[in-house]
Amino acid sequence: MKHVLWMIALAALVSACGEKPQTLGTGKQDAAPYEGTGKAFAAGGWKQGDKAGWESQLKARTQQGQNDYGRMN
Amino acid sequence: MARMKFVCDAERCIECNGCVTACKNEHEVPWGVNRRRVVTLNDGVPGEKSISVACMHCSDAPCMAVCPVNCFYRTDEGVVLHDKDVCIGCGYCSYACPFGAPQFPSQGTFGVRGKMDKCTFCAGGPEANGSQAEFEKYGRNRLAEGKLPVCAEMCSTKALIAGDGDVVADIFRNRVLKRGKGAEVWGWGTAYGSKQAGQPGVVAPEGAKS
Repeated sequence: MKHVLWMIALAALVSACGEKPQTLGTGKQDAAPYEGTGKAFAAGGWKQGDKAGWESQLKARTQQGQNDYGRMN
Repeated sequence: MARMKFVCDAERCIECNGCVTACKNEHEVPWGVNRRRVVTLNDGVPGEKSISVACMHCSDAPCMAVCPVNCFYRTDEGVVLHDKDVCIGCGYCSYACPFGAPQFPSQGTFGVRGKMDKCTFCAGGPEANGSQAEFEKYGRNRLAEGKLPVCAEMCSTKALIAGDGDVVADIFRNRVLKRGKGAEVWGWGTAYGSKQAGQPGVVAPEGAKS
């Protein structure tokens, strides 16, 4: 009986040894781009952290920079 | 905001490789890895067509579906990104991708396949925005700087358009209507869904054949 109790106690003691979490997938959270980089080197026309401002600025930038019909014709 | 998308206008692409060079320079992509490349069909034959190809950030990305370690994730803007700390470089994603986007750097004496690298839509990865760690693993995060992918912004003929899907589709539609031809959007249906592919949802630009 004593032997069995020792075995159970030993098994309980070593069961968690060396076990690392094996969670699948990325545990990191990626910050949203509208939050900005916190640095001054960024396009103008929006304030870092302002989602609506970032979206409208990007839309305007797409039209201004890539729609040549809007600029020339 | 709609999701971010790429469109390459085969009527305009002149195979200058400016997008490829801009991408490599912006993100300091290592030798042997091309996040973007230009493919020419019927090269040398009159009427040849060129298209700039990279990760299209698919609506239903097959790379995400096959990854055994689940290292991919999709941002709220629809950009498909991955975590290099989780990637094991198995290469399943490269077999699944219809665009050949996933790239693997050859490192070491025996060319052991490294962690996967691909176009990030200039949106970095799961590190602090604009940090050194993010730059070294994924390249610059231009979206967080309020800018668009450098390949599209550098395109001299504006063949490659990138940005909000609705705006991009509007620009392309206007172009097709003005010139009266070249409505084919290569890869649009494969990447963003079409009736042909049995995927309802994202509709191709009006008048476009994909």
